[in-house]
Amino acid sequence: MEPIINFAADVEKTDEFVVNIGPQHPSTHGVLRFQTTLDGEIIKDIVPIIGYIHRGIEKMTEFLSYKQSIYLTSRMDYLSSFMNNQACALVVEKACGIEVPARAQAIRILMCELQRLASHELWWGSCTMDVGAVTPFFMAFRDRETIMDVFEANTGNRLTTNYILPGGVMMDILPDFIPQVKEILRNLKNFLPEYEALVNGNFIFQKRMKGVGILTKEQAISLGVTGPVARASGISCDVRKLHPYDGYEKLDFKEVVADGCDSWTRYLVRLEEMKQSIHIIEQLIDNIPEGDFRTKTKAVLKAPEGEYYQRVETARGELGVYFVSDGTAKPYRMKFRSPNFSNLAVAKPLNVGAKIGDLIASMATIDLVIPDIDR
Amino acid sequence: MDVKKKFLPDFPGEVYENEFGNSSFIVSSVDALANWGRSNSLWPLSFGTSCCAIEMMSTVSAKHDWSRFGFEVMRASPRQCDLILVSGTITYKMAPVLKRLYDQMPEPRYVIAMGACTIAGGPFVMHSYSVLNGIDKIIPVDVYIPGCPPRPESLLHGLMALQKKIMLTKAYVIENPTHAAEPQHKII
Repeated sequence: MEPIINFAADVEKTDEFVVNIGPQHPSTHGVLRFQTTLDGEIIKDIVPIIGYIHRGIEKMTEFLSYKQSIYLTSRMDYLSSFMNNQACALVVEKACGIEVPARAQAIRILMCELQRLASHELWWGSCTMDVGAVTPFFMAFRDRETIMDVFEANTGNRLTTNYILPGGVMMDILPDFIPQVKEILRNLKNFLPEYEALVNGNFIFQKRMKGVGILTKEQAISLGVTGPVARASGISCDVRKLHPYDGYEKLDFKEVVADGCDSWTRYLVRLEEMKQSIHIIEQLIDNIPEGDFRTKTKAVLKAPEGEYYQRVETARGELGVYFVSDGTAKPYRMKFRSPNFSNLAVAKPLNVGAKIGDLIASMATIDLVIPDIDR
Repeated sequence: MDVKKKFLPDFPGEVYENEFGNSSFIVSSVDALANWGRSNSLWPLSFGTSCCAIEMMSTVSAKHDWSRFGFEVMRASPRQCDLILVSGTITYKMAPVLKRLYDQMPEPRYVIAMGACTIAGGPFVMHSYSVLNGIDKIIPVDVYIPGCPPRPESLLHGLMALQKKIMLTKAYVIENPTHAAEPQHKII
């Protein structure tokens, strides 16, 4: 037998094959489907296929009044339901010229920041679970449940709250809201160092995160990425700072920007954002103004003819609500610019050329909520 | 040798022990024993589409802890599961996937419809053009849990209702699942 001398690349070439990840897969956090083309372990191409939870929310709002549309927005990004309600309420207030009382604004910010804490805690649990750790999931949910109890007592629901309305909030906070929130903050200040001690120093976790899933600043800008993902690539894009709403301009907080561009930086940015949220709540919790929690609005709101846009910062990025009114009680067209849809665009630059084992870990730090993508 | 009856509250049958305290024999039926084992070791499929999945995760985790009732072995593959917890809206695009997942599960298999969307379409029943109004149009459902989303306590209540239902069935006569009614809308 003659020895093989020529080991040219084209002789050793392997076939590419297609692997579908999803729509039923525990690590895609819902019903997202990735069609990956693999060469061995290397991802050659990745195409996200969406629409498995498309519920037609934008079309549905055309049949509903402005106040009724609020409840649908809770079901888009159910982990940031307060911010979604707030965006929809703010744009209607802008259109109809409704003034919001100071007390309602303070309650809105408190609830939104508590929601951001709860959302980031859930992300921390599921992100670490995706790279193989199980204990953090239980720790995160232990702390999240305390926040959920506050939501349930004050708004009547745990997830889909429908609490923020045009003109204020649905109902006033309970007398024991303030001591409860203070206790949550006290506990969280002990638990956050515990989170960091448990996971951050772990050698395996750092190896899975550092230098993996690189998203450069240029890529992030061109793909329209927002939220903690963009801020980890060095872009200053916090809507609370750049286009303040509902009294965020009176508060003192830092925008967390880092330029590591990898999964590890995105992880650290979210942990730091939790500390900033605690800082915001601490400033407000003792200074909730007295007064009404809601201005009296008309039973049927009619926005004047025109186009309106408002953006807020959810736990995942910038949510924009754009609507066209023809002067009737229902919107002519309502469009949601959801943060997760834009953030999903990073799937290709993040994963092409990487190994398939890193796909789950790097997508976990993007923190997608699928019903917000499909709407 | 004298035997006397031993008191076991949850065991479906009678256990007798001898004078040394060792269990010597049991009196029970095969159906009751098999159902007892089945109902206390249900393996759910980790299948979540939207909001209700978060409440399902809350039920898994520390505060509510469904492993107290024997459900903690969540599996990602339908071939290893005997319970599918449909948590979240099912759209026309997702409906064939759900049907296939159900068909891949080995018998006996059980279905829990969690949340208003899976029962009748929920908030999307009226004006949406893409939501399946109730999963019982494509697969047979054992327990319905209302709520939008249901609290973890109501999920636990539904799971215990399923356990009671399993205890009432015949273990070794597996009837063909009754086919659901024809879907009113064309599934795209």
